[in-house]
Amino acid sequence: MTNPVFERIEGEINANPVVLFMKGTPVFPQCGFSARVVQILSHVGVPFKGVNVLEDGEIREGIKAYANWPTIPQLYVKGEFVGGCDIIMEMFQAGELQELMKEKGVPVSAGA
Amino acid sequence: MAMQPADIEALIKEAMPDAQVSIQDLAGDGDHYAATVVSEAFRGKSRVQQHQLVYASLRGRMGGELHALALQTSAP
Repeated sequence: MTNPVFERIEGEINANPVVLFMKGTPVFPQCGFSARVVQILSHVGVPFKGVNVLEDGEIREGIKAYANWPTIPQLYVKGEFVGGCDIIMEMFQAGELQELMKEKGVPVSAGA
Repeated sequence: MAMQPADIEALIKEAMPDAQVSIQDLAGDGDHYAATVVSEAFRGKSRVQQHQLVYASLRGRMGGELHALALQTSAP
């Protein structure tokens, strides 16, 4: 019996190269950690889809089970869970985030 | 019910007895902490896997009682 919430999650992460499950929206993040990842993605110049978990209780809980990761935000690149705020910051500072995007063939604009 | 740094350290050490743990209180409200954890258990694991080990040691408190735990993990 497949999990309908997982199917919805997979629909999002397979339809968009970069997806950020976050609290709030990219324009109005409603949590410091979510805002920080939005800033990093914008700085690196990566277009992404923001999914506001505050508007969808099922996704908010389902995503934690899906990735076996207890917190929000969660970043997915090409369907793969990359990490939460700490890991994205660490990768960004080490230049690994930019590397990952190139490796995965995600277009990075001049912002990088 | 907020958590105390010693509680967090004890839970992590219970799951990873060799771990060296240092906890910093980020906001003084009992649910925003940063932790640095060094353990042999992390060797060869990705960052996501390392952090998942720490979250598992907290037995479900992460994201509930404990709102934020900024993690720095590494093998010795």
